[in-house]
Amino acid sequence: MAFEGLTERLQKAMTNLRRKGKVSESDLRQTMREIRLALLEADVNFTVVKDFVKTVRERALGAKVLEGLNPAQQIVKIVNEELTKTMGETAVPLNKSPKIPTVIMMAGLQGAGKTTTVGKLALKLKNEQKARPLMIAADVYRPAAIEQLQQVGQQIDVPVFELGTDVDPVEIVRQGMQQAQENHNDYVFIDTAGRLQIDEQLMNELANIKDVAHPDEILLVIDAMTGQNAVNTAEGFDTKLDVTGVILTKLDGDTRGGAALSIRAVTGKPIKFIGQGEKMTDLDVFHPDRMADRILGMGDMMTLIEKAQKQFDEKQAEEMNLKIQENTFDFNDFIDQLDQVDKMGNMEDIMKMIPGVANNPAMKNFTMDPKDIAHVRAIVYSMTKQEKADPDILNPSRRRRIAAGSGRPIHEVNRMIKQFNQTKKMMNQMSKGNFAGMEGLMGGNGGGFGGKMQQMAMKRMVRQTKKKKKKKLAKALRRRKR
Amino acid sequence: MGLFSRLKKVFSLPESAASQAEEPTSQVATSAATTSTAATSATSAATSVAATGSDQATSATPTSAVQTSTASASASLAESAPAVSATSAAISEASAESLASSSTVDASAAGIEADHSAQSEAADQDQSEAPLTASEAVARSLAAIRAQAASADAEPVAASTAATTETDTAAEKQPAATSETGVVEAPVESTAPASEGASAEPTEAERYDEGLKKSRKTFGDRINAFLANFRHVDESFFDELEDTLIESDVGYETAMRISDELRDEVKLKNAKSKKDISSVIVEKLVDMYGEAGEGEDNSIYLAAQGPTVILFVGVNGAGKTTTIGKMANMYKQQGKKVLLAACDTFRAGAIQQLQVWGERDGVDVVAGAERSDPASVCFDAVKKAKAEDYDILFVDTAGRLQNKVNLMNELEKIKRVITREIPAAPHEVLLVLDATTGQNALNQAKIFKQSTDVSGIVLTKLDGTARGGIVLAIRNELHLAVKYVGLGEKVTDLRPFNANDFVYGLFKDVITA
Repeated sequence: MAFEGLTERLQKAMTNLRRKGKVSESDLRQTMREIRLALLEADVNFTVVKDFVKTVRERALGAKVLEGLNPAQQIVKIVNEELTKTMGETAVPLNKSPKIPTVIMMAGLQGAGKTTTVGKLALKLKNEQKARPLMIAADVYRPAAIEQLQQVGQQIDVPVFELGTDVDPVEIVRQGMQQAQENHNDYVFIDTAGRLQIDEQLMNELANIKDVAHPDEILLVIDAMTGQNAVNTAEGFDTKLDVTGVILTKLDGDTRGGAALSIRAVTGKPIKFIGQGEKMTDLDVFHPDRMADRILGMGDMMTLIEKAQKQFDEKQAEEMNLKIQENTFDFNDFIDQLDQVDKMGNMEDIMKMIPGVANNPAMKNFTMDPKDIAHVRAIVYSMTKQEKADPDILNPSRRRRIAAGSGRPIHEVNRMIKQFNQTKKMMNQMSKGNFAGMEGLMGGNGGGFGGKMQQMAMKRMVRQTKKKKKKKLAKALRRRKR
Repeated sequence: MGLFSRLKKVFSLPESAASQAEEPTSQVATSAATTSTAATSATSAATSVAATGSDQATSATPTSAVQTSTASASASLAESAPAVSATSAAISEASAESLASSSTVDASAAGIEADHSAQSEAADQDQSEAPLTASEAVARSLAAIRAQAASADAEPVAASTAATTETDTAAEKQPAATSETGVVEAPVESTAPASEGASAEPTEAERYDEGLKKSRKTFGDRINAFLANFRHVDESFFDELEDTLIESDVGYETAMRISDELRDEVKLKNAKSKKDISSVIVEKLVDMYGEAGEGEDNSIYLAAQGPTVILFVGVNGAGKTTTIGKMANMYKQQGKKVLLAACDTFRAGAIQQLQVWGERDGVDVVAGAERSDPASVCFDAVKKAKAEDYDILFVDTAGRLQNKVNLMNELEKIKRVITREIPAAPHEVLLVLDATTGQNALNQAKIFKQSTDVSGIVLTKLDGTARGGIVLAIRNELHLAVKYVGLGEKVTDLRPFNANDFVYGLFKDVITA
């Protein structure tokens, strides 16, 4: 996942401070140098790095000793706050026009992911706001760019306006806007051709399109893997078009995400969305604070919970909860859960959002092959109805049959069943509000650096879930009474 | 002798001579590059001999070796070749190669026609202008720049005598070069286009130069600006240095190595003045670049017989399909029978994109249904290429991020399918890299290399970055040869990459300053 490398480097930079009760100036200098190098290696723009390091150093020197935090934790706190500040404090929503349609124009270099992002954003608005978007295909230069947008449109069922490749893009946009007026589309997306910020002619074309369409939102699409050049690109487009926001794409790669840290700081333009996968639903709102937590290996519980809430069916979840409490959780439920987790996205990414997992030595070599889950499924599917409902009857003979049926070795079947039983036990405990087992699992004792921070985050999370559960139970009770 | 010291010598010439040498250089650079390497290396080798001749005429620094070589110009080549290489000409790999091979010239007796064509060409140049021929060599070898400047100062008489020397040597070197670069076809025929190209294609050459102008300028500017601020050596100086180097995209590893080595150097040599520091920095950069590039081969390997399969891999949006479109056009122009395989069945519109390129270039495209197994499309394409005697098959694949395990497995499968059908294939696996990519390029190269054994790099969108440093980073840290660079949107904007030209351009301003 993105930022992982940076997380690792930053953690390393701060480990030296861990054991120290007092931080001397030379310790601090050493740490700051490490942080500086970590940021530079992550492609963060060098001026941003310079400012960042300077602020953190000043703040660290002037900081008062806080109760309950050791110096290392204190510096982590400062770094965290400054990171958040660098990326912008809070998430910035899309600009909306008071009258429909809201016009959103895309711009960026070739291959940044404009067309794909148009599709993702249109789908997002459609799903969340029941929007009726129209997409205008204004890329007449790249071969088959219009076909690409048309296919994307088909996939997500959004109409595409196009006039072929022989018409001036400005004219296409003009007519497209008219059509949007007639059809009362509430969002209009303009997909433009990729271009270099130094290409006068094409940049003028963009400016002309802007004059015709009066977009409420000009989103610059930038590849998250971009190096030091990201800032030049952003500045180039910004001076010509006065960009209103940025979308970072390909953040599901293993980039260290320097562009994400630099762009806001240099151009002052907020990052609004991030693209994190190949699927059309893989576009998320950018939350700087959560990203900072993630970069420092503190997990991102908020996003995880949100993701879960979006996918989980309230009723189903309640049933599940009941089952867990009654300890009747069986393989049918297990498969249901797998399906739901699958919907949330990549397992690895999800794990990384749990505080303490991202940098846990025990989890270091934890890579989940998508095939593994398929194997688990195969095993469960090879069970009879009775076995699925009552896991306790799985004797060796049945296990052998399941192994043969699923084409997996017997030891894998055994391991899977054992794991299932453990999970069941743990979930039962957790549902009773006992997270002790969980903490042990997450390496609360072996967590090393930041153990405290992680525990803090963990406790916060536990409190939140408890509160939520109380509410939910109260609600359920009320419902039952009625 | 380090590459740097050789470069340094080149740059120590008077300003005017250097600038004179500049102009024809750029013009000939691409024309020479477009034609077959064999032909150019022969001419360049020849001209460097001529150059030493004129060098001697000005008697600037005549070594005894040069004297013997010019004196016995008509004597056997086995003698003169090592003599020349001992002096100035050794920098260019191309010329060095042909020189080395020329010592075994007796062994390869073939190619009498080649003698004739080379002779006539050389004679042509002899009559017109000697300096121009010399400048052609410049395009290939840095060493010849020095010689060119020398010949500019030299008496015309001296130059013409030098050129006569060249006639002989060129004639004899041609077969040697032919045998050396046997893989590249038609070295003999391409001699004629070579001389034609010099005058006919200045626009293309300009484009190459133009596309890189920005990289060159800013790279030099950055280093110069940094040195202008230099006061004394301390910790913040090294911080600044690291920043400057990283900002120029030379890569994190390289920047750290240079700053570490400079730390030692400063202690050892007690370098304190601005001049010392600047020369140490550039020396380190250039030598590192020279070392890392040893044994690097940036030609495209073509199968001796049967179809050549070239597989393109890379992350999303790097420019794979566009590169294929451009390359297919190039090979089509050379009279090859080209087939394209649309194995990007994932991205919307990708198949159509390749089909449009196929129409534009007038080449055939094998395509399957969308969302079908790319390996099966690839299998069909390889079969067709084999059955219908295609010369080259380009396989386009879907862009994938290198950390997606299953997608990388899919790529491996495609490669396996190719290898099963043609054991020697794929002959080239080209990783397409976006020049604006930062440190992640390193991860990309590493992981793609693991799964598909990448044999070279195509660096796209180089015209969009103001930092040529990426080329240094690629060589120093990835240890892969850049084979082509994309310099613009047009079909002809994909150019073969000449590493020495590039690095010369990059450091030009820094060294002379």
